[in-house]
Amino acid sequence: MVEAATYPTRKAEEWRYSDVDALHTLDLAAINDWQEIAIAPGDTYRDVFLLDGSDDVDLRRLRVSVGEGGRCEIFAVNAASQFARIELDIKLARGAHFEFGGVTLGGEQTTREFVTHVIHAEPEATSNQTVRAVHWGKGVGNFLGRIDVARHAQKTDAAQDFKGLLLERGAAANAVPQLEIFADDVKCAHGATVGQLDEQARFYMAARGLPPEEARKLLVRAFLADAFAALDDEVQQGELLDHALKALGDAL
Amino acid sequence: MLKIENLHAEIDGKEILRGLDLEVNAGEVHAIMGPNGAGKSTLAYVLGGRPGYEVTQGTVTFNGEDLLSMEPHERAAAGTFLGFQYPVEIPGVSNVQFLREALNAQRKYRGEEPLSGGEFLKLAKEKAGLLRLDMDMLKRNVNVGFSGGEKKRAEMVQMGILDPKFAVLDETDSGLDIDALKIVGEGINTIMRAPDKGVLLITHYQRLLDYVKPDIVHVLAKGRIVKTGGPDLALQLESEGYEAVAA
Repeated sequence: MVEAATYPTRKAEEWRYSDVDALHTLDLAAINDWQEIAIAPGDTYRDVFLLDGSDDVDLRRLRVSVGEGGRCEIFAVNAASQFARIELDIKLARGAHFEFGGVTLGGEQTTREFVTHVIHAEPEATSNQTVRAVHWGKGVGNFLGRIDVARHAQKTDAAQDFKGLLLERGAAANAVPQLEIFADDVKCAHGATVGQLDEQARFYMAARGLPPEEARKLLVRAFLADAFAALDDEVQQGELLDHALKALGDAL
Repeated sequence: MLKIENLHAEIDGKEILRGLDLEVNAGEVHAIMGPNGAGKSTLAYVLGGRPGYEVTQGTVTFNGEDLLSMEPHERAAAGTFLGFQYPVEIPGVSNVQFLREALNAQRKYRGEEPLSGGEFLKLAKEKAGLLRLDMDMLKRNVNVGFSGGEKKRAEMVQMGILDPKFAVLDETDSGLDIDALKIVGEGINTIMRAPDKGVLLITHYQRLLDYVKPDIVHVLAKGRIVKTGGPDLALQLESEGYEAVAA
């Protein structure tokens, strides 16, 4: 990929919903800074991102090449900073697997997004991406997920699932799946929905004695949990959810 | 215990309850029967404080306190329970988690110590046993994948765990087969038949009343109580129909 010599603008598809103005607080070198990781054949690599909001803009760009039969698992809580973006560029060799579970949360005028580009370069690789977005105020959550399946990458199995939950009018969630498939024997699934908290469930919970904020927390937690269901460590799942819910607690 | 005076309520500007009066004393079970559209479920939801149900006139007091000024969760903490005609499914939240948090929220509101996980499970097991609901059902998500009968039994398990002073049960008998009806009826008696408790049973049919014997039976029609009597009134309704009795 050619690195940009200028700041990104919204004209570029992958920056379409981004807070591109906020990027100008970074220098170009920082924007073009990609972390490169190579996973050896058969190896498993796991990374967990917990963005802490110490900077106004938090941009993480990660390029991973997964060797044959290797496994890359990335889980992320994107719930801090004015503009936070986690961008993943994943290239899968034969039989490799990419697992991604991410949540965005945010209110006020924040923008938080995941941008993934998964290249099924060889046959029999699989990928599974689950993103949940919870936003309020004028908060925006984005998931741009591109999947490329190379011509000879038969038996590819790629899935993408996005659900957005908007707690207040004015918040927004954008999901843009993009599939480029050049092989013919592949399975690619994607789904995207955006909704609001279930009013009936909220009243039901209140009728049992749960105050509204507790009910909302339980419902949001249940909503987010899907994103980390593939994480095989329940304690860590709980920690990620707690971290995510802290953003909710501070704001509402 | 529960005193309703001249209650008027509307939904979307349409008046459903039109001057309803009702008083239930501690130790009593009252049944409210009535045709479709009489306002039975509206009464239940108004007592529970469901958003969208607007009280335009009248008062409801519970043990002397103004029930209508309380938020729904405060009404529960004050000791009322609303059994839903259609219990709501909550994906991703287990019964155990939901009920433990609900119970502890109520206890906190009342200034009581929370129950530990172990104490809660013991309590839940006991109440599930009472309604012959498998404990594994309580580990599943709230009402998700439950049959109609299982949902109603789960409602009664919830009631057992939360141990309210006053229960409004909205068509708890609908969707139950004969065996489940008996279990639910016995459950209501065990949980709620006490000198310091009261029950308002809302039902279309006499059959639940074979198991939960009411002290007083009311007929609700067009948003008002039009007739009040003893248990015989329910039998009379069943044989003669609402129109003949309420006229």
